Amino acid sequence: MSGPLLEAEAVSKRFSGIVALSDVSLHVADGEFVAVIGPNGAGKSTLFNCLSGVLRPDRGTVTFRGRSLERLRPSARARLGIARTFQRIELFGGMTVLDHLLVADRARTRRGGLWSDLFRGSRPTSEELERCGIVLELVGLTEWADRPAESLSLGKGRLVELARALMCDPALLFLDEPSSGLDRHETAEMSATLETVSRQHGTAIVLIEHDVPMVRRLAERTYVLDYGQLIADGPTEDVLGDERVRVAYLGDNS
Amino acid sequence: METLLENAVRGIPTGCVFALLAVGLVLTYKTSGVFNLAFGAQAYASAAVFYVVRKDHEWPLLWAALLAVVVVGPAIGLLLERVLFRYLRTAGSMAKLVTSLGLLIAIPEVVKLVLGDESRKNPPPLWYVMRTDEWLWPRNTSIVLDAGQIATIAATVTVVVALVLLFRFSSLGLRMRAVVESPRMAELNGVDSERVSMTSWMLSSLLAGLAGVLLAPLFASLNPLDLFTLLVAALAATVFGGLTSIPLTFAGGLLLGVLQAVLAGSLPTDSILATGLRPALPFLVLFLLLLFRPGLRSTREVTDPLATVEAPPPAPVALVRPHWMTVGTRAFGAVVVALGLAACWFLLDGYWLGLVISGIILGIIMMSLIVVVGMGGMLSLCQAALAAIGAFGTAQLVAATGMSVLGAIVIGAVIAAGVGALLAVPVVRLDGVYLALATLAFALMFESIFVPLSWVSGGAVPLSVPRPLIGPIDLADDRWFLLFAVLCAAAVSAVVIRLREGTTGRFLQALQTSDVAAASIGISGRRSRVVAFTVAAAIAGFGGGLMATYVGQANYQSSFPYLIGLVWVALLVSAGARSVQAAVLSGLFFFLFPAILTRLFTFPGNWVESNPDAPSWVASALGAIQPNWAQSVAFILFGIGAITYAKHPEGSIEAQTATSVGAIVRWVERRRGDAGTGPSDPVPPPSPEVTDAPPLAGTGRPTADSGSPG
Ligand SMILES: Nc1ncnc2c1ncn2[C@@H]1O[C@H](COP(=O)(O)OP(=O)(O)OP(=O)(O)O)[C@@H](O)[C@H]1O
Ligand SMILES: [Mg+2]
Repeated sequence: MSGPLLEAEAVSKRFSGIVALSDVSLHVADGEFVAVIGPNGAGKSTLFNCLSGVLRPDRGTVTFRGRSLERLRPSARARLGIARTFQRIELFGGMTVLDHLLVADRARTRRGGLWSDLFRGSRPTSEELERCGIVLELVGLTEWADRPAESLSLGKGRLVELARALMCDPALLFLDEPSSGLDRHETAEMSATLETVSRQHGTAIVLIEHDVPMVRRLAERTYVLDYGQLIADGPTEDVLGDERVRVAYLGDNS
Repeated sequence: METLLENAVRGIPTGCVFALLAVGLVLTYKTSGVFNLAFGAQAYASAAVFYVVRKDHEWPLLWAALLAVVVVGPAIGLLLERVLFRYLRTAGSMAKLVTSLGLLIAIPEVVKLVLGDESRKNPPPLWYVMRTDEWLWPRNTSIVLDAGQIATIAATVTVVVALVLLFRFSSLGLRMRAVVESPRMAELNGVDSERVSMTSWMLSSLLAGLAGVLLAPLFASLNPLDLFTLLVAALAATVFGGLTSIPLTFAGGLLLGVLQAVLAGSLPTDSILATGLRPALPFLVLFLLLLFRPGLRSTREVTDPLATVEAPPPAPVALVRPHWMTVGTRAFGAVVVALGLAACWFLLDGYWLGLVISGIILGIIMMSLIVVVGMGGMLSLCQAALAAIGAFGTAQLVAATGMSVLGAIVIGAVIAAGVGALLAVPVVRLDGVYLALATLAFALMFESIFVPLSWVSGGAVPLSVPRPLIGPIDLADDRWFLLFAVLCAAAVSAVVIRLREGTTGRFLQALQTSDVAAASIGISGRRSRVVAFTVAAAIAGFGGGLMATYVGQANYQSSFPYLIGLVWVALLVSAGARSVQAAVLSGLFFFLFPAILTRLFTFPGNWVESNPDAPSWVASALGAIQPNWAQSVAFILFGIGAITYAKHPEGSIEAQTATSVGAIVRWVERRRGDAGTGPSDPVPPPSPEVTDAPPLAGTGRPTADSGSPG
C-alpha cells in the first residue's frame, strides 16, 4: 500500500425523509482494490454519487491526493483522474463502441474544439486509434468496435462503460455493480478484466457488488453499508465472516 | 405612504389575472406533466366562442357563459387528451413542450377558420354591471375597482381555494399526480389512468376557458397574441410556485401585479424605465426567478422508472449508412441544388424568386436552431431575437460608419454571438423546460425593452440596409442575390456539418444522451453548451443580417417577432432538428407553402366566376373558399407538424431519409449479391442481440451461487 489517494470523512446525505448516508468514511490508497457491499437501498450508489460529484453531500469532506473536491463539478473531478461506471447503464445514443472511447479520449487529451473541427477536421489520429485499440483488446470488445452501442446486450454495454472509463486513464475507478445483469460466463470475464486493470495499470478500484465470490476474489478490503451506516470495514475475509454483516446483508439468520 | 398602499391595492386585480392564468398552468403541469404553452390559445378559443354567441347571436349571458366555459373549454381539453396527450404520457418533457408549441400555433388558426377571421372589438364582459365604484367603494379614495376586476378577484380566489381543497382532501388529486409520475406504475396500483388523465385535461381546460372569457375584456379587441403574451407574463408566478404549489403560485401572481402597480406609480412616467421596464417587468422577473430561484437549477426531470420498458429510438441514419452512401447523397444533394438554382434563375418571376430567397435566408437562421436544439438539446425560443440583433447590428453599422454591407453583416453576427454568449452563461445551467422559458422571457424582454430604443432599432422607422456590390456584381439584382444567398447557406451548412461530425458535435451528443456519463469522462456540459449557444447565435445573427439586406431594412415587426420565432422552432423540429437539408427545406416551406396555398385557394372562386351556370350549391360551396385562408391553413399544418415530433423525434425529413437510404442500400446490396462480385457486405448485419432493458435494481441479495460465507 502506498499513500492515500481518496479520503472521504464523515459523509452524510439525506433525501427529504430518508437518511441515505450518515457519517460514512472511506479511504482508498493508490492502486488498492476496495469493495463496498450492502443490501438494496443501503446508500452505496449514493456514496459513489457523492464521491464523483453527481450529488453534493450535506456534510463531510472528500479529498483526492490531499486536495479538497468540495467545489469541483463531476467533469472537473473526472479530469483529475476519477472515473466511474453506472448501475443503470449510461451509454451515449447514436454512437458506436469506438466512438465512445474516442469521445472519452478527446475529453481527456482536450484535443479538438471549435477551431480544429472547422479548420483541421476531426478524424481520429492513428495514436488515438491505437490507444482505443489497446483498451478494446483489454475488455474484449475489438470485434464490436463499429457496432452502435445501443444495439449491444447489457453485458456488452457494461463492458463499453468500463472501456470508456478506462480511456480516461484514471487513477481511481468507481464501478457500480458491474456484474449485475451479466450471466455467469460474462461475470467471470469481467472479474478477470478487473484483475488485469488493477494489477497491470495500478488503478485503484472501488467496487460495488452483490456477487460475493467476486468481491472475495478481487477486493483487498471491504466496506459494508446498511441503512446509510457503515457497519463494518476491514480486510475482505474478516468482514465477510463478521456476524453483523451476515445478519444485515447476507440474510444469514441462523 | 398613502399612495404606495393605494398603488399596491390597485395592482391586486392585475395580480389576480396573472394568478388565474398561472394557477391554470400549474394545474395542467401537475395533472398531466405538460407545460402547456397552448393554455393561452385554449383561453382564446373559449373567449372567441363567447364573443360570437354573445355579441353576434345575442345569447343570454348565462347560456353563453355555460357554452363557452363549461362546454367548449372541457371539450377542447378532452379532444386534446384523446387524440394527442394520451400518447405522450411517457414522453419526455421536451416532446410535450414542442407539442404544446404546435398547439399554440394551430389552435388560434383553427378558431379563425371556424368562426371567421374578422377583428372582434370590445369583447363582452362576463358580468352585467359595468361600474361598481358608486355603490361599492368609498368615493374619497382614488382606488376604483370595476365589476370586471371584482369578478376576476372572486373567480381567482374561488378557483385557488377549490384546487387547494381538491389536492388536499380528495383522492382524485392524488391519483392525478400518480398518473403524471408514472402512468404504468399507477395502473399497476389499480388507478384507471385513462379516466384520470381525461378528467385532468377537462378540468384544466375548463380553467383555460374561464380565464379566456374573464380576461378578454381587458383588451380592446380579442386576439390570441395578447392572451399568449399575458400568459408568458403569468409564467413568473408559475415559476415562483416551483411549477407545483398552487398557493405559492397565487401569491406570486398577486405579488407580481402589486409590484407592477407600485412601480408604475413611483417611476417618472416619461422615463425609459417607465415605458420600457414596466411592460417588461413580468418577463424580467421571470428571467431572474429562473436564474436565481433556489431548487430550480438542480431539478432533474422526474424519470418514470418504468419508462425504460419503451423500445429505444432507432439509430440515426449516419450510423447505419455506409460511406459510399454518404458520398452519394452529398453528390445527389449538390446536383439537386444546382438544378433548383438554374430553375429559379430562368423560370421564376420576381414574386416567387423573392419567396425563394427569403426561404433560403430563413434556412440559414434555421441552421442556428440545428446547433442549439438539434445538437445542443436546448429548446431555445429566442433565435428570432438573436437574428434581429444581427439585423439591427448590420443596419446600425452601415448607417453609422458607411462601411461595406458584407462586413457589417459579419460584425452583426459577432454582436449576436456576444449577446448569445452573455445569455448562455446563466441560461445553460437550466434544464429542458426552464431553459425554454428563460429564452422565451429573453425574447419578450428584448421585444419590449430593446426594440423600441433608437440605438437598437433606429426608432419607429426601420433603418434601411442597402444591397452590397461584390466587384462587378450588383446584388440589387434578385437573381444574383439568390446565388449569393445559396452560397452563404452552403457555407453555413458546411460549418454546421463539420461541427456536428466533429468533436464539438460528439461532446454535445454525449451530453444530450447522458449528461452524467458525459461528465464522468470529463466533458464540461456548461462549456460545451455555451459554445453551442454562441455559435447558434452567430449563425442566427448572420441570417438576420442577410434578411435585413435582402428586405432592404431591419424591420423587427415584419421579420422577427417572437411568435414567428416559435413557428420556426415548431417547423424545424418537425422536419428534423439535426439535418441541414431539413433546415433549408423548412425555411423554403415557411415562405412558399402559404403562397402556393393562396394560389390554390383562388381557383375555386375564379372557376365560379367563369362558370355562372354552375349549380348554386356548387357555386356557394366553392365560393366560400377564401384565398386568405392560406395563412391559417399553413400555420395549422406547421403546428400539426410539431405535434408529430413526439412520434418522430428525429424529424420527418430525417425519418424519410432513413427509409430511402435503407431501401437504396438494400437494393444495391441485392444487385451486388446477384452479380456475385461485390465486396462483402459493407453494412453490419442486424444485431442478433436485442437491447436488454436495464434491470430496475440490483438483486439485493447475494447471487445464488455465492452460498453462505464462512
Ligand atoms: N435522488 C434520490 N432522491 C430520493 N431518494 C433517493 C435518491 N437516490 C437514492 N435515494 C434513496 O436513498 C437510499 C439509498 O439509495 P442507493 O441507490 O444509494 O442504494 P444502493 O445501496 O445503491 O441500493 P442498490 O443495491 O439497490 O443499488 C434509498 O432508500 C433510495 O430510495
Ligand atoms: Mg445502487
